Amino acid sequence: MKIFVRSLAFLICFLSVATTVHAQDIASFEKRITVKKLANGLTIILMERPEAPVFSFFTRVDAGSVQEIPGSTGLAHMFEHMAFKGTHEIGTTNWPAEKAALEKVETAYNAYLHEKLKEVGRDDKKVAELEKAWQDATTAADEYVVPNQFPEIVESEGGVGLNASTDRDETTYFYSLPENRLELWAYLESERFLEPVMREFYKERDVVYEERRMSVDSSPQGRLLEQFLAAAYTAHPYGRPVVGWPSDLHAFSATDAINFFHKYYVPANMVIALVGDLKPAEVMPMLEKYFGRIPTRPAPEPLRVKEPPQESLRTVVIRDRSQPIYLEGYHRPDFHDLDDPVYDVLADLLSKGRTSRLYRSLVRDKRIAIEAQGGSFPGSKYPNLFYFYAVPTQGHTADEMAGPIHDEIEKLKTHDVSDDELQSIKTRAKADLIRELGNNQGLAQELCEYQALYGDWRELFRQIDDLDKVTKADIRRVANKTFNEENRTVAKIVTEEPKPESPAGGKGEQQ
Amino acid sequence: MNRFKALLLPLSAILLNTVLAAQVPESPRTKPAPTATPAASTHEIPKSWEKVPIPTLHKFKPQEPRRIELPNGMVIFLQENHELPLIEGDIRIRGGSRDEPADKVGLVALYADVWRTGGTKNKTGDELDDFLEAHAARIEASSNTDSTFLAWSSLKDNFDQVFPVLLDLLVHPEFRQDKIDLTKQQFASFISRRNDDVDEIAGRESTKLAYGADNPYARNAEYYTVNAITRDDLIQWHKRTIAPANMIFGMAGDFDSVAMEQKLREVFGGMPKGDPFVSEPIAFHNPKPGIYFVEKSDVNQSDINMIELGIDRHNPDLFAVEVMNQLFGGSFASRLFISIRTRQGLAYSVGGGIGASFDHTGITRFAMGTKSGTTAAGIEALRKEMDRLITGNVTAQEVKTAKDAILNSFIFAFDSKEKVLSERMRYEFYGYPADFLEQYRTNIEKVTSADVDRVARKYLHPAKMAVLVVGNAKDFDKELSTFGKVTTIDIAIPQKKPEKQTGQLESAPRK
Repeated sequence: MKIFVRSLAFLICFLSVATTVHAQDIASFEKRITVKKLANGLTIILMERPEAPVFSFFTRVDAGSVQEIPGSTGLAHMFEHMAFKGTHEIGTTNWPAEKAALEKVETAYNAYLHEKLKEVGRDDKKVAELEKAWQDATTAADEYVVPNQFPEIVESEGGVGLNASTDRDETTYFYSLPENRLELWAYLESERFLEPVMREFYKERDVVYEERRMSVDSSPQGRLLEQFLAAAYTAHPYGRPVVGWPSDLHAFSATDAINFFHKYYVPANMVIALVGDLKPAEVMPMLEKYFGRIPTRPAPEPLRVKEPPQESLRTVVIRDRSQPIYLEGYHRPDFHDLDDPVYDVLADLLSKGRTSRLYRSLVRDKRIAIEAQGGSFPGSKYPNLFYFYAVPTQGHTADEMAGPIHDEIEKLKTHDVSDDELQSIKTRAKADLIRELGNNQGLAQELCEYQALYGDWRELFRQIDDLDKVTKADIRRVANKTFNEENRTVAKIVTEEPKPESPAGGKGEQQ
Repeated sequence: MNRFKALLLPLSAILLNTVLAAQVPESPRTKPAPTATPAASTHEIPKSWEKVPIPTLHKFKPQEPRRIELPNGMVIFLQENHELPLIEGDIRIRGGSRDEPADKVGLVALYADVWRTGGTKNKTGDELDDFLEAHAARIEASSNTDSTFLAWSSLKDNFDQVFPVLLDLLVHPEFRQDKIDLTKQQFASFISRRNDDVDEIAGRESTKLAYGADNPYARNAEYYTVNAITRDDLIQWHKRTIAPANMIFGMAGDFDSVAMEQKLREVFGGMPKGDPFVSEPIAFHNPKPGIYFVEKSDVNQSDINMIELGIDRHNPDLFAVEVMNQLFGGSFASRLFISIRTRQGLAYSVGGGIGASFDHTGITRFAMGTKSGTTAAGIEALRKEMDRLITGNVTAQEVKTAKDAILNSFIFAFDSKEKVLSERMRYEFYGYPADFLEQYRTNIEKVTSADVDRVARKYLHPAKMAVLVVGNAKDFDKELSTFGKVTTIDIAIPQKKPEKQTGQLESAPRK
């Protein structure tokens, strides 16, 4: 059970192959894969895999929560929810009337928000009146809505696994359908990004706030992680929660969301992969027709901000009713760095399976943890963190985890890994890649991710060349370069029974 | 099909990335209805999604596994799949946690863990770890309420080295005491952490309410029940369950099934038949109606569960129940999702249905998470939708949409050879006909809106259901007592065996 996964760097450590195997795999994949970049800049990858009359797709937009600005955190994720609300055609009983009603909602909301956020001269009575006017406008607009018609069509046509995900680096959309619905899929998926409609926006914002309560506010691990990242990053947006800060979830508007869409959902920022019972040569012209309709827009400016070097230890202590957890992280470079495969080997060495070093030391031998692992997160496009994580055994504290973890780090810095360990990592990487190739949805995701990040899906197989080149000396060098106290951020939960008079937990402190 | 137990504590509640929808329970699926109009697309974009042509689905006959029944009663399924150079499989053995003694709850879970980690007479578990990791192979044992499993995955080339290890574990496990001690300590840690997560509390306590705290499907391992388990208990459990007549063996991958059959006949043919495993009958009673409350002061979201007893999958009403579940609480287009999430914005996670288990009465459960300040509103919203459903106003269109979703996605129940194998093993284990999936499809097609109305009235009793709320009472919108008598559940973890045995301790009614 991997915890902090989903970053590509982590994925890569599962995905490497001995040279002889990967040459064959690339050759066999070449025959079945077609890649086309449309005139508007959108890339489509098709892979024929006729195991059963079905297909899966994975759409990746190169925009995530790092694109957000202060006051609008959570907006990338919010738009992802809105991408299920339908179009000018789907989800409405009367688009022209609904459009006019939605414009009134925005006007009313902006007036309300403007008054509510006034630092000087706010009139609370006026705030209440404006709030009511906004809610009345919303009720009027809701008259035209056919709720959830878009996902209902997908489901009633046989769609399964319908979902989407927003992360710091990217936003992704995916599901599977019977193969005879391919053209219907092309219609739905292209319309969704051609004319999305921000209907029911503010109710959906409430839904997203409930998502925050579930995954962050009411979850000890969620609270820990949010505080940890906020401490580890001072400038770069990796330090902000994907789901958004509470204030922003009560502030940003439908206009903000559609503006985000226009700025970042440009075709050149999108890659779509389809895998299944389809003939690439036959279906590519059809797909081009549908997706070619999305207008070309200028690519957004790259992110300017860079995280400055960390110069001192940072510590977050959360005094909580829940059981202890220990987490520490060190800044490491992004996925383009030449040492990226070395971090992958480190993650595997420390965390993968029953022979991994942290498991053997903290869990099996010292018996002070029920879980211990390390790896890279929370993204990969920008410099990220190499973390160490341990869940103490009953009766042990978070602080007791630090020593044994640092002993393992010291060992990495001062002793070469054994030939057997290194070989075993490379062998497992090869097998685990093979295990990933047996289903449509997984393949669509991997081809899409590698095409988007490296510009070529073949990198999925070529990664192992880099991994194969990792030496014992590399591991020591990277450990010495990275795992230093001034580059460390620690976050821990210290268990505290509530005092009878102040039962609310979750109080934190930063040192 | 492999049931690899997560090696580590599943703390995956940390959502690093945020997704659109929480998982809703999935029901088995149905084959696509034949669709007409194979009119080839002209690549003109249709004016409406309804105008997009849907050709006939490609013909598809899923590959059935080879079924072999040995004279000693063991059933073997062999499913060739030459796509990737892998061989994987598992052995399912009758007897699970429902069959362990009440004063040793946790025995079967402990057994499964130490079965693997305790090694064999010839090799310690640690030696097995080294061997398997070096060969990029896995062998894991696991358990559930009615079975234990021994599963493996290996590259084809390593099968001849890995399979003997599997057999060695099957026949000569050692259950070494040091690993028993380690696992007991880990189980104690899991117990100590079981009140940290709202969802875990709600799931556990609602199951105890539905079935009764002492019911073998509901009871929990406690410090004292784990402590009471001895190495001899594990050895006796192994002796009692490992017999050919109690085992179903399935494997899939890159092998020749004729040669493999020969090999397996030699390996297993000589095993003495053994005694069939017999489970004691288990009684089920509906929960006592009322409001049940668990105080959790460190959260800002309430977990609400409404529960009663469901049905067994042998019940001829299963098919109408499946359609009802789909349209009421099992999809994006379901009434609960549209009303409580989309329209009212009260929840991120909401859904549920009438439970149907393979060989016993399932639990009917409707659940949602809503902010503390709308807890009463959430209960009212769930009740209102249930009351509306049992008045019998389901429309023909709702039923059609739900049936389309089930039937059109039915292909995904067998779109891989591994899934076909899995289904066949499941029907074999529970004694369902081999063509149960086909019967399922036929019977779903026959369901009418009158059937849905009838099963809703027959199996849903909103006024008699137990309502469990886990949350932070000081922020509730109304006192829970406005809904009736409130029983507070004390979830404090007992340090030792209570004087008066039974689950009363954990559900002692309080004023």
